[in-house]
Amino acid sequence: MSTPSTPPPLKEWPLWEVFVRSKQGLEHKHCGSLHASDAPHALQMARDVYTRRQEGVSIWVAPSRAISASEPNDKPEFFEPSGDKVYRHPTFYDIPKEVGHM
Amino acid sequence: MYTQSFNVPEQGEVSSSAGLKAVSKVLSAPDAALQAQFDARIDANGKVEPREWMPEAYRKTLVRQISQHAHSEIVGMLPEGNWISRAPSLKRKAILIAKVQDEGGHGLYLYSAAETLGTSRDQMLDALHTGKAKYSSIFNYPTLNWADIGVVGWLVDGAAIMNQIPLCRCSYGPYARAMVRVCKEESFHQRQGYEALLVMMQGTQAQKDMVQDAVNRWWWKCLAMFGPPDTDSPNSVQGMRWGIKRISNDDLRQKFVDATVPQAKVLGVSLPDPDLKWNETRQAHDYGQIDWDEFWATVNGNGPCNKERLGTRVKAWNDGQWVRDAAMAHANKQQQRHMKAAA
Repeated sequence: MSTPSTPPPLKEWPLWEVFVRSKQGLEHKHCGSLHASDAPHALQMARDVYTRRQEGVSIWVAPSRAISASEPNDKPEFFEPSGDKVYRHPTFYDIPKEVGHM
Repeated sequence: MYTQSFNVPEQGEVSSSAGLKAVSKVLSAPDAALQAQFDARIDANGKVEPREWMPEAYRKTLVRQISQHAHSEIVGMLPEGNWISRAPSLKRKAILIAKVQDEGGHGLYLYSAAETLGTSRDQMLDALHTGKAKYSSIFNYPTLNWADIGVVGWLVDGAAIMNQIPLCRCSYGPYARAMVRVCKEESFHQRQGYEALLVMMQGTQAQKDMVQDAVNRWWWKCLAMFGPPDTDSPNSVQGMRWGIKRISNDDLRQKFVDATVPQAKVLGVSLPDPDLKWNETRQAHDYGQIDWDEFWATVNGNGPCNKERLGTRVKAWNDGQWVRDAAMAHANKQQQRHMKAAA
């Protein structure tokens, strides 16, 4: 075979995030991302890429650019306020043994 | 599937062994603090996620390794795809199609993981198509007959699984998650290959000879898939420090040899190495010398199929251009229609 010819300039399909519900009764869970031209296309691709072995009964796709995310650098300020509120956990409270499970 | 001798310097890159010894640039105070945080997390076996601070060299190494891994999955479809139309039965054909489709999927998981590091799909494909990027050298050897397809599943995928299982614990979250998915799917690949060979070994003498011949041709190439010996693998130390690499090339290779010997026995084939024997003191198999000159010649573009593989890949990409354009045009038209209806 001859040496490969120069490929034409690439034009990218936008990026989508894929969420799959593995079975009825469970939540959709993020499982990855893919490129597709539009939403129906993204759904079809997601089926082929992420559910080849019956891993899902329902798929959501969302344009990646539509997702707002917390800043990794703000992690302390953003999540710390809940760190010192131990009274939000059931284990904070001592209940007499004879009460049993509560 | 495939390998860990990824992280081979790409065209135009200076070998990073030189980079390791060089004095790295002095870090500014905030960078030094971030670096210390990063090191502490790696030491605690923590994970690094996209958009978090990471050393530039860590990012670059991952982009190179994950994209080379992705390219390997994509190019890895070619030697097997060759045999879809010539599979000996409808059952074997369906299995092979499923396997090749998996490899395409694995390439996509990995490209997605690399994209979280700030490289684009276009950049990566461009690097592959122009020959700048490397992929696993194992695909630059030909699959001459049906026995090769069985051996590729058994030995090539077997070596790949050995390589990939430790990557499931890699410090970079998206790469580790992609590898978990890949490894789950990969075990079918090895088993189907081994089973196809078992069937051939119950056939005629000619069929048995085909299996032995294919094993003879692939064995040494598979051992080389684990990458250069530890003594000659300067990148490994840094990869281990970063929690990208967990087990050394030679240790993985040894594990592969020890796992494969009994499988070959059950199958009824011999492995083409007169030095291969059990070492009682080491509790492991000794094996002979790998031809590294041949390995590097193939990595550097002079293997039997390098040109053919790349040519086929570029042609497939070019032939698919109209499909990608049509999908874009359709999406644009739908969008216009929506906007008109809404107006």
